[in-house]
This record gives sequence, C-alpha cells and structure tokens, in this order.
Amino acid sequence: MAEVERVSIPTGALDVTMYRDDLRRQPTRPVGHTRLPTAVDDAVVVLVDDVLFSGRTVRAALDALGDLGRPRAVRLAVLIDRGHRELPIRADHVGKNLPTAADERVRVRLEEVDGVNEVTIVRDGQSSPETAEHG
Amino acid sequence: MTDILITGADWLGGGRGDLLVRNGVLADPATAGSDIERFDADGLIAVPGLVDLHTHLRQPGREDTETVASGTAAAARGGYTAVLAMANTTPVTDTAEAAEHVAELGRRDGLVQVVPVGAVSKGLKGAELAELGLMARSPAGVRVFSDDGRCLSDARLMRRALEYVRAFDGVIAQHAQDPRLAGPDACCHEGTISGRLGLPGWPAAAESTIVARDIQLVQLTRSRLHVCHVSTAETVDVLRWAKSRDIAVTAEVAPHHLLLTTDEVLDYDPTYKVNPPLRPAEDVAELRLALADGTIDAVATDHAPHARHDKEHAFAEAAFGMLGLETALPVVVETMINPGALDWAGLAMRMATAPAHIARLADQGRRGVVGEPATFVLVDPTARAVVDRDASASLSRNNPWHGRELPDPVVATFWQGRVTFRR
Amino acid sequence: MRHLLSAADLELASATEIFDVAEEMSLLQGRPVKKLPALRGRTVVNLFFEDSTRTRSSFEIAGKWLSADVINVSAKGSSMSKGESLRDTVLTVAAMGVDALVIRHHASGAPRQVTQWIDAHVLNAGDGTHEHPTQALLDAFTLRRHFRQTAPTLRDFEGKTIAIVGDITHSRVARSNVLLLNTLGADVIMVAPPTLWPSGVDSWPARFCTDLDEVLPIVDAVMMLRVQRERMSGGYFPTAREYTIGYGLTSQRLEMLKVGAAICHPGPMNRGLEISAEAADAANSLILEQVAAGVAVRMSVLYSLLGGADDTPPPTAREPLG
Repeated sequence: MAEVERVSIPTGALDVTMYRDDLRRQPTRPVGHTRLPTAVDDAVVVLVDDVLFSGRTVRAALDALGDLGRPRAVRLAVLIDRGHRELPIRADHVGKNLPTAADERVRVRLEEVDGVNEVTIVRDGQSSPETAEHG
Repeated sequence: MTDILITGADWLGGGRGDLLVRNGVLADPATAGSDIERFDADGLIAVPGLVDLHTHLRQPGREDTETVASGTAAAARGGYTAVLAMANTTPVTDTAEAAEHVAELGRRDGLVQVVPVGAVSKGLKGAELAELGLMARSPAGVRVFSDDGRCLSDARLMRRALEYVRAFDGVIAQHAQDPRLAGPDACCHEGTISGRLGLPGWPAAAESTIVARDIQLVQLTRSRLHVCHVSTAETVDVLRWAKSRDIAVTAEVAPHHLLLTTDEVLDYDPTYKVNPPLRPAEDVAELRLALADGTIDAVATDHAPHARHDKEHAFAEAAFGMLGLETALPVVVETMINPGALDWAGLAMRMATAPAHIARLADQGRRGVVGEPATFVLVDPTARAVVDRDASASLSRNNPWHGRELPDPVVATFWQGRVTFRR
Repeated sequence: MRHLLSAADLELASATEIFDVAEEMSLLQGRPVKKLPALRGRTVVNLFFEDSTRTRSSFEIAGKWLSADVINVSAKGSSMSKGESLRDTVLTVAAMGVDALVIRHHASGAPRQVTQWIDAHVLNAGDGTHEHPTQALLDAFTLRRHFRQTAPTLRDFEGKTIAIVGDITHSRVARSNVLLLNTLGADVIMVAPPTLWPSGVDSWPARFCTDLDEVLPIVDAVMMLRVQRERMSGGYFPTAREYTIGYGLTSQRLEMLKVGAAICHPGPMNRGLEISAEAADAANSLILEQVAAGVAVRMSVLYSLLGGADDTPPPTAREPLG
C-alpha cells in the first residue's frame, strides 16, 4: 500500500482465538498476539485475511474488534475466496476467487514470511500449486 | 456340645496328629466315640489361638464404628481367641465399674475372651492416677494399664504408676510419643515426604526418647513396662540395650508397620493415617529383624475402627487408625513366615504365647496337649486371596489392605472348644 | 491440563505457554471492554476454607473477565462445626454442576484429595503449607518481565540465581517457587535459620544455607517470605530483632544486591520484620508488579484448564472408603 498509493497506513494484528465458536472441540488452543497500532474508535478498519472460507474466523474477528472499540466502518479484504460460506459474510475486496471442494485445504504462502508467493490446494494428500498474481 | 475330632492337623510344625475337642478342652483322640463331628485338617497347621494385646472395640461410646460383638467377630475371623480392649472409650475405662462393664459385654457378646485394659490416669488426662488397684481387684481382673491414644508424658506420674502396679503384677503399656516433639497435629513421619507434602512431622526421636526414659524408670522402680506399637529403628536400638541388661520391658509391633511405608501417604489418603505414622523402608526392615530375634516380643493389631465421616477429611484433620484384626495373621505370614524369618512355632510365640504371658492370661497361648483348653486356630499356610474390605465382620471399612493379595490362612477358630469362625 | 495442584504439574513448555498467554491477557486491563468470551457458559466455584480476600478477588476477576460464571463459597469453619466431612462439603458444591473448583484449604493435600471425589477441574489456590502454584506462576511471570527488560537473553531464567529467604518450612509459596523456578532453569538458594529449614532438604532441587550476607551479592532476584511472629513461641527463633538482623532485607542489605537484582515478596508483608520499608519501596522492588500480575496469570491458568475440550478422561476414581 505504501509503495502503490504513497500513503502510510497503520497496521496491526488481531488474534481471534478467544472469540472462536469452536473452542470446546479441541484441546486448549495457544493464543496469538494482538497488537493495535491506534485506537479503533471511529476508524475505518480493514480486516485482512489470507483465505475466506466458512466466514467463522471473520465473525470472530468482528466480535473481537467490537470489544476493542467502535470502528466507523469495517471492511474485509482477502487474498483468496474459496467459497463454502456458513455465515452471511462477504468480502469487500478479493484477490482471487478459487472454487474448491469442501474437503480440500488451501494454503497461502507469502514471500515476506515463507520466501515464496504461492497458493496451494491440497486434496487427499496431493498438492497442486497455482501461482497467484500479486494483488 | 458334641465332641469334634480334628484329623491330620500339624501342631506348629511338630508333625501331623489328631485333636479331640471335648467340653472345651483337648482330650485323648483315642477316646473318640462314634457320635462325633469330624473335621479334616489335612495340610493345615494348628496354632494356639492368637492373643491381641491392643484392640479398640469402641464400645461404650462409638457403637456406630464397632461393638464388642462386631469387633470380636472380626477377631475370630482373624484367628484370635483373646483381645485386650483399650481404655479410650467413652466413658474411659478408669474405674472398676467401667472395667466390669466392658468385661460383662465381653462375656455376653464376645466371640473371643475380652479383657479390659485400664487407663493409667483419670480420664486419660495424664495428671492423676486412676483407680488401678480397684480395677485389678475387680472381677475383670485388670492387669494391663494404658493411656493409649495419649502418651503418659509426665515422668513423675509414670514412675508412680510403675511403682504402684508392682503390688499386683500389673504392667504399664506406654504409647510413646513425646507431646513436645510430636504434638497432636503430627501425622507423617518427619522426613523427606513430610517436608515435601507440607504435613506436620512426627520425628522418630519423639518415640525413642520416651521409651529410653521409661526403661530407666523401670530400672528405678523394678516394675514392668510394655511398649505399644514400636515403629522406629531408633526405638528398636533402645529396646536391644534394655534387653541386654535384662530390664523388664516387653514390646509389640503392629502388622502395618511390618509392611507399609510412609510412601503410602504421598496421595494424602487418610486410609494410611495412623499413630505412630508409617515409617520409611529402613525402619520396616529393622522392625522385622527385631520381631524375628525377639527384641520385639509380640505382634499387636492396634485395630482402630473409624466411621467414613471421620476419615473423609483433609489428611491432617482425619482420624488416626486402621483396621487390623482380620489381616494381622496374613501380614505376619507374608512378612515373616514366607521369607523364612520365622517358623510357625516362632509365630505362635509372638502372636499367642508371649502376649498371653504379658497380659497374664492363664488360658491362652498354651500347648496343644491333652488337658489344655481347646483354644486354637487351624490355618492353611498356602492359601492366598485379594483383600476385600467389604467382606469384613467389622462395622468399619478403614482397611489399608483393600485390593492387595495377601495370605488367607484362617480356616477355623476354636475358643474353649467352641467354633467361633469357620471359613 | 486437567488440574493444577502443584507447580510440579508444569513442565517448561506449559509454564512458558501460561506466561505468553498471560501477556495477552494483561492487555485487557487497558481496554474499554474487559471481557473475553472464551469461558462463556463455564461455572467456576471459589471454595475457600481459609480467608483470603486478595487471592479470591484475583480469581473472581480472572474468571469474570473470561466470561465464566464465578461463585464464591466460603466454607471456613462450616463443615467442621457441622460435623460434615470434607468429601460431603465438596460433593454438595460440585453437585450444582461445576466445571472448576478453585480451592484454598488450611490443610496440605486437600485439593489433591478432592480430585478423587469429583469430576470437575481442581485448581489449588493454596493448601496448608504445601503449595500455591498460581502464586509461583505470577512470581515467575513478574520476574520474566523484569529479566527481559534488564537483561534480555534467549532463555529467560537459565543462568539466573534466585534466593528465597525466610520461613521455608511453613511456606507453600516457597515450595511452589522452588519447583517452578527449577523447571524454568534457574538456580535456587534457600536461606533461613536451621529451625526453619524443612525436613528432607537433600531431596529439594535447591541449595540451602544460613548466611544471607553470603548469598545476596550473587543473586539476580531475592524473594522474601513472610515470617509470623507466632513462630517465636514455637521456639523457631528467639526475638523479632534477632530475626531481622540475621535474615531481614534491611536497608543496609539493599546495598549488597547486584545492580538490576529484583526484590520480590508474595505478601502480605511484615514491614520492619523480614523486609524494611526501604526495600519494599525500592526502585528494583517488584512487589506491586506481582500483585498486578495476579489477574492476568490466573486468567491464563483458567483458560488453560477450561478453554478447550474436556477430552482428558477423568482418572479412575478411587472408591470411597466404603
């Protein structure tokens, strides 16, 4: 964003573990780090996630965000939308729509973190890589 | 009563023979008639009826936990034919009337000979002598006096008591626990485990210092002392010293101290809370050696029934004590006979004859010859079973042996010719 | 984790996890909505047989900020005076449908005994002179923050020397701290007059000594334990002043500490007896931080116990005494 739009936007991280609706289904999960760069009251907050699937993670994120303040607006940007929504959630900005079967797994790797930009669909233990365009 | 002919019994390993029970005594088997009951004792050993110097029958006062009837039923199951009932009942047995009451309960309800123990001090308070002489003179004929449950810690009172009972061949049985070193809260052997578990410690020295002191008082008074429930190697050392000088002291050990160690309390299970506490393995080993070589004269159960609601408390607040009458012989067989530390004759001495002598019981612990009382136990030396605490004649269930496999020797118990227990 | 009864229940990984989550929980303090929904629908009962406003409130807030339903039951004196056994008292409370019991009891081992009688998770909030695992956790959490600030290394506790000073034999805080600090990799030195050493010191994972002045210059943190004046009548030490001169963290002794060494005290303090006012209020005193850390650490522990599936099978319950 800073490169393309020449605007510096504060970024942060939101851990939604505590807000998941399926906590009881697995042993106690480790908790990640939440870091807010500024207060969220009256701000336009863009939630960014790599994959949008059932929508439950986003639902949890909205609840978490709500306990942190009252944004003026919340928008959702995802790299991959793979369908199979279980809740009425839609993204405002989508990198790529990727039709998948419900039992497949989608993995996103980023150059900054994993050394490569790559999206992988894993079915039955096999994987077929598709390179996603930057965007 | 019909005569009973017992065939093929081995009296204390002396060889197989027959026993004829007639009118409460042993008669010549050759005189057996045709109208008799037969009992095949092939493979069984005959042992004089066991004598317990230390039982808590809880009646009067706590009949919800045990009565003379239930306690003596448990005793008979365990091969006992006599028990000495400790004085810490409610009311305390500190008068001739109270002693007579217990003796009468024994005559009426007892499946074994019940002999009351008299308190040494009034109300067990450790301050003034109880009416020792009147208790001795009473029909109950008390000879053993003990404040068991409490230590008679005042040296002067102990001296007086020892002197006083010399007049009627009495013996003072001491519960050795210096209250300044091991107070009423002390509940776990003072050592690594008490330190780790945060339980008030009960150091070995609290027992041995009192025993050492009392032995010196015996020398001073020329009287008789009996040491209850010896639990430590330190006390065994002191006893060895005393016996080497022929000082008139006898001692008993409880079955649980011959097998269970302080490790049992790691889970804070109050089933294993007892006074004196379970000790480390080194002490258990020393106690076995001392029992084998006679430094410790007798096994005594310290049978201590407790209601569930008195045990189901935090460890430090639960009642002290374990059941013992039904499991004493199994434990002694396991720890002394089976490893070869004692033979059956030795066991008979320590569980029948010596206790009978200490308590001055004329009709107990005697030999298996014609004319003697028919008071004996038939045991199967090889039988084993898993202990089931619910299969007990006691009214209580605080049994530390539940679920363990132990010998199961008692087949039948005879008391003056009467079969008081039969498997 | 099914129960937290002893600091020995924690390995390095689980303790570190608790600290990391506690860091996240501590951020809640600054938020407008002090709530996380993780324990919504869970019921936690604080069953306190011993008074303790501070610890109990700490657990109460911790449970409530995680959206659990928290009930305080004061059982002090009640079961004993009515002749009710501990087992009956606990079963009565658990029968209400409780997910976790936070128990404080005056007798060592009571929480462990309770686990034999009920299915709920049991958290030891202090049992007699035995243990106080959440106290040790918040003490270590506070120290970890301090070490990260003043002397950050890859391993927070390894290579650090920590002294625990005072009435060790009667201290549940000492027992838990020795175990936990040892697990975390620190070297622990216990300092006390011989009468206050516990029995069986050889089995403790710590060195024992009687000379405080020898120890202070080499430690990275010193934890002062509360000493009760009543111990004088038990013959543990002759007078308060002799105790202070021998074992107190006086203002003179402050000078002996390394630069950056921390001062801790689990509270409540006897100012002037085991710790001087100057030491308690010194710049390197973490005493207030310890108190502040209590809620976050207890939230982390409650989350660890109750925040996931209850798939740990309950241990085969011992049968009651028949």
